[in-house]
Amino acid sequence: MTDVARRREAPDKDRVLTLLQDYGVYAAVVLLVAIDTAVGSNFLSVSNLRVQIFAAVPILIVALGMALVIGTEGIDLSVGAVIALAAAVIPLYLGYGVWVSIAIALAAGAVSGVIAGGLVAFGRVQPIVATLALMIGLRGFAVILNGATAKTVTNSTVVNLGVGDLLGVPQMAWVAAVLVAVVAFLVHRTTFGRQLRAVGDNRAASALAGLPVRRVLIIVYVVSGVFAAIAGILIVGYGGYADPANYGLNYELSAITAVVVGGTPLTGGKVRVLGTVAGAVFMQLISATLIQHNIKASYEQIVEAAIIIGAVYAARGRAGR
Amino acid sequence: MASEPDVDQPDPVLEIVGVCKQFTGVHALRDVSMTLRAGQVHALIGENGAGKSTLIKVATGAYTADSGEIRLNGRLVTFGSPLAAQHAGISTIYQEINLVPLMSVARNLYLNREPRRFGLIDSAAMKRDARRVLREFGVDVNPGRPLRELGLGAQQMVAIARAVQLDAQVVIMDEPTSSLERREVETLFGVIERLRDHGIAIIYVSHRLDELFRICDRVTVMRDGRVVHESAMSAVDRLRLVSLMLGRDMAEVTRLGSTAFSADREIQDAPVLRATALTSRRGLAEVSVDVRPGEVVGLGGLLGAGRSETVRAIVGALKTESGSVEIDGATVRRNSTPAAIKAGVVLLPEDRKSEGIIPNLSVRENIVLAALPRISWAGLLNRSKQDEIVDYFIKRLQIKASSPDQQVSELSGGNQQKVMLARSLCLNPKVLLLDEPTRGIDVGAKAEVQAVIDELAKDGLAVVLISSELEELIEGSARVVVLKDGHVVGELRGDDVTEDALMSALAAAPTSAGLVDD
Amino acid sequence: MSTPNAIGTATTALDGGETAKSSGAGRGERLAAFVQDQGGLTVLVIVFIAACIFSNGFASTNNFESILVGNAYTSLLALGMTFVIITGGIDLSVGSVFALGGVLAGWGTHHGGTPVAVLLPLAAGLAIGAVQGLLIARARLAPFIVTLAGLLFARGLLQAISNEGSTTYQVPKHSSFTALGDGTLRPILTAVVLFIVGAVLLVRTRFGQALFALGGNQNAATLMGLPVVRTKVLVYMLSGLLACGAGMLNASRLGSGVTNLGVGYELTAIAAVIIGGTLLTGGAGSVTGTAAGVLLLAVITNLIGVHLSKYGSSASDLVNGAFLAVVVLIQTLISRRRLLA
Repeated sequence: MTDVARRREAPDKDRVLTLLQDYGVYAAVVLLVAIDTAVGSNFLSVSNLRVQIFAAVPILIVALGMALVIGTEGIDLSVGAVIALAAAVIPLYLGYGVWVSIAIALAAGAVSGVIAGGLVAFGRVQPIVATLALMIGLRGFAVILNGATAKTVTNSTVVNLGVGDLLGVPQMAWVAAVLVAVVAFLVHRTTFGRQLRAVGDNRAASALAGLPVRRVLIIVYVVSGVFAAIAGILIVGYGGYADPANYGLNYELSAITAVVVGGTPLTGGKVRVLGTVAGAVFMQLISATLIQHNIKASYEQIVEAAIIIGAVYAARGRAGR
Repeated sequence: MASEPDVDQPDPVLEIVGVCKQFTGVHALRDVSMTLRAGQVHALIGENGAGKSTLIKVATGAYTADSGEIRLNGRLVTFGSPLAAQHAGISTIYQEINLVPLMSVARNLYLNREPRRFGLIDSAAMKRDARRVLREFGVDVNPGRPLRELGLGAQQMVAIARAVQLDAQVVIMDEPTSSLERREVETLFGVIERLRDHGIAIIYVSHRLDELFRICDRVTVMRDGRVVHESAMSAVDRLRLVSLMLGRDMAEVTRLGSTAFSADREIQDAPVLRATALTSRRGLAEVSVDVRPGEVVGLGGLLGAGRSETVRAIVGALKTESGSVEIDGATVRRNSTPAAIKAGVVLLPEDRKSEGIIPNLSVRENIVLAALPRISWAGLLNRSKQDEIVDYFIKRLQIKASSPDQQVSELSGGNQQKVMLARSLCLNPKVLLLDEPTRGIDVGAKAEVQAVIDELAKDGLAVVLISSELEELIEGSARVVVLKDGHVVGELRGDDVTEDALMSALAAAPTSAGLVDD
Repeated sequence: MSTPNAIGTATTALDGGETAKSSGAGRGERLAAFVQDQGGLTVLVIVFIAACIFSNGFASTNNFESILVGNAYTSLLALGMTFVIITGGIDLSVGSVFALGGVLAGWGTHHGGTPVAVLLPLAAGLAIGAVQGLLIARARLAPFIVTLAGLLFARGLLQAISNEGSTTYQVPKHSSFTALGDGTLRPILTAVVLFIVGAVLLVRTRFGQALFALGGNQNAATLMGLPVVRTKVLVYMLSGLLACGAGMLNASRLGSGVTNLGVGYELTAIAAVIIGGTLLTGGAGSVTGTAAGVLLLAVITNLIGVHLSKYGSSASDLVNGAFLAVVVLIQTLISRRRLLA
């Protein structure tokens, strides 16, 4: 009764909020592109677009996995450390062949996901703590594996993944496109996607309805781990060296930001795939715009902080129910 | 508006006069008046949505009335918050126990008004006082223990003790007995009588009509935001109250009876569900239940007797250490809900909100949720099959939703329950376990749900029914298995399925009694 | 307080011990409660004794001193975090705010001297905490996200002040500001006193009780008339104050406002609090537990520094991470058992 009343209290404000939440991020992206194009003459140049893609794709890929985890009302703080771990693994196993080393890097991400998912699903540990433990522990492990100094990686396959093209478009972008398609399909067209949302919305009810709750949780963290590993490989390729001590720092924060700005509520039960893409692109555009106008990195962080608050504030209207 | 002249009435303590409250477009309260007198227990009843909770919220300052006035001891008052109302002497005890389970009993009792010495909380004095106060309310516990370790009844008493301690002149009790055992209800009534004897006015909100007749002096009935009746409790009978609440004709109520169950159904011989010696550390000792197709078996017992535990154990949601569940003779893997569902057992859980609905999913998504793997190929969603199923159940169960895409959290409790029922039924279960299927839904939806259960049983479904309402349990069940302290202590069948027989079974049977007394 | 004897004794006595159904649950329950409340301390004692016996170079006054002094100021982050987590919140900004406190103090010594160097960080900590608290309590945004933004904001502000981290404000020699947090005894005493004050605040004041009530059942807290918004804002202000103040004291000790400090400190603080038995879900926890958690992590890091120095901090990260996972797993299993016992 009171719920009904509250809902009817301000329908117009509600509708505006809903629109803002659903389409605000796309509008913001379009707006920023328009501004950048109008103000800076070379924004739409091929070279500049490539720069933006290289910067945005790794975060975007991590954010895709993060969106799934957040959809289950979880969070994955370990992604930055998994990037470091993948980066450490690549030079270590390049001797056995490039695909072997890539496979092992992906497997490392998967194992991390199994641990996180296992702790969450079976141990019922809170996601934030389970992945916090991995975040602290895995980076230490990665640095131990690699040694304190960065290792150069010259393997052409890996480097091409980072900087090479396929059909005139960076390989990185292809990877991202495929992953976006896969995740969108998973979320919207499969029983798994439906189960994921149900688990995120009401875990107890999902369990009683006979859904494979634990399986869903573990898969979600495994996907997040594997995606972070993919991002790690791309970063190694782009940089041409592996530096686990410094790779992926704060990626968990950027990824969470992209997801939240993209309109996925932290309370679970909903995953916005394209929104997440737009969120990642938006955050990159903000950064690019500020750089273009010679605004210092310090202000960029402050602006980012304001955007995060704005995004969750806009999302509050519905998620708060 | 039936009302009689005030003869020998004590002074009014709280007067609510002509209160209106509107939420954009919805009149929650229309010109509501209610007078509460010292030393009276005043029943406030009505269907869900009748405006009871809004009225209480206005009286306690959680909402502000659009118009009308509230007088306390003759003086006009406005409360900015429940706290302000509390300070003025109006305390409320809510349906859900609003205390802090992780904190100790004493700290809960004195939260925000702790005795202090030298500016710091005097824990020793607090515990000492707490023990003394609680004893007077019939609760004898170490006040240093966390509240959550107490039984629900004892917790409720702590809440009441807290409320009364605040120099209350008016105590509002919102469904105080909904989570209490019979014995605890008696204790509560004892406390209420004492409060009344000391001139405290009480508003008593409850759906349980029996209780009203036992404890209340006056009654106010609300419907659609209006007061439709006000009189001495003794001036009305049950039937009249029901018809007032429903706004239906008395004759109709008489004809339909108070539940929608029909008397007899055809029951086959071989049991479809055979649960044997289920034992769990969490409160089950060798519980066995058989159910035949077309049979509704009730589980009788007090709160904590193991009724919910039994059905949860059958669907594998409560971990059992030993025992077995067979469906049509085939043993079901223990402790796995997916396995139980696959075998054809489905549970409609007691707590719809926390264990039933998936609030942000649509009606459609909620209905097909459990059946998805069955109607999907290779994990891909199949829209047309979903629609087919959803349309069927929306019609069959008369689910009132603006569209199948409406979020289930926006539906009324009764319709949510029907969605839950639909989710269970589209799994084509052989056995349906119903834990309080009509709790907290309004009378109309209740009858509809009961009728559906009845029909399903007639079609040969095996049903296990748990209900705190004796009436529903007795009229709905062909057989009642009586539980106590996690043991089966008896069974009522045939003509023995009566309220009296159940009472005496509950009262008589010692815990260590044998399994089934046939 | 007035009515109780008027009520008389109710008819039937209710035994409160409904949950102690199965016999023998009592002992298990008590053990579980002990592990939950004192687990951090127990492990600390065991590790400490083992280290004294088996590790050369651990048991020396110098080493103990370096452990205590090295963690004195950062432990204050965990202290503030304890309060926040008890309310069911989290404060991810403390690492950045810690660094900001140091930079502001360094800046202050050049712009007005010691009073500015002391007061400016404290005011900044309070202000950041207040804004975060208001966003969380009034606008009802998730603490996790708000303080994440706070982390970015404080780091950005710090870099803006220090010309993108390129300027380090040294505390002038002979400045009275140095005396504030230098030496051996002073940092240790500061931490000990603040922890004691914190413990009293938590257990023996209404503010402390309100924190528990908020974390345990916010609805109930509201209905019982607790000042929910005020308490929440205050707790984030307290955390900000402690973090920024700790950074300020640390700058006094180091003699400069180091810009790149504090990254990841919030994680260590959270880990210490959780290892100390405070529930991340809120409603339960203790300052003494946090003290044990801080010391335990410090001892492990120290041991690894002594014996596995070639891996540096990465090895202690690995161990601390694993440790946190194990502790939390045990804690979760125990509290689940207690709830269902």
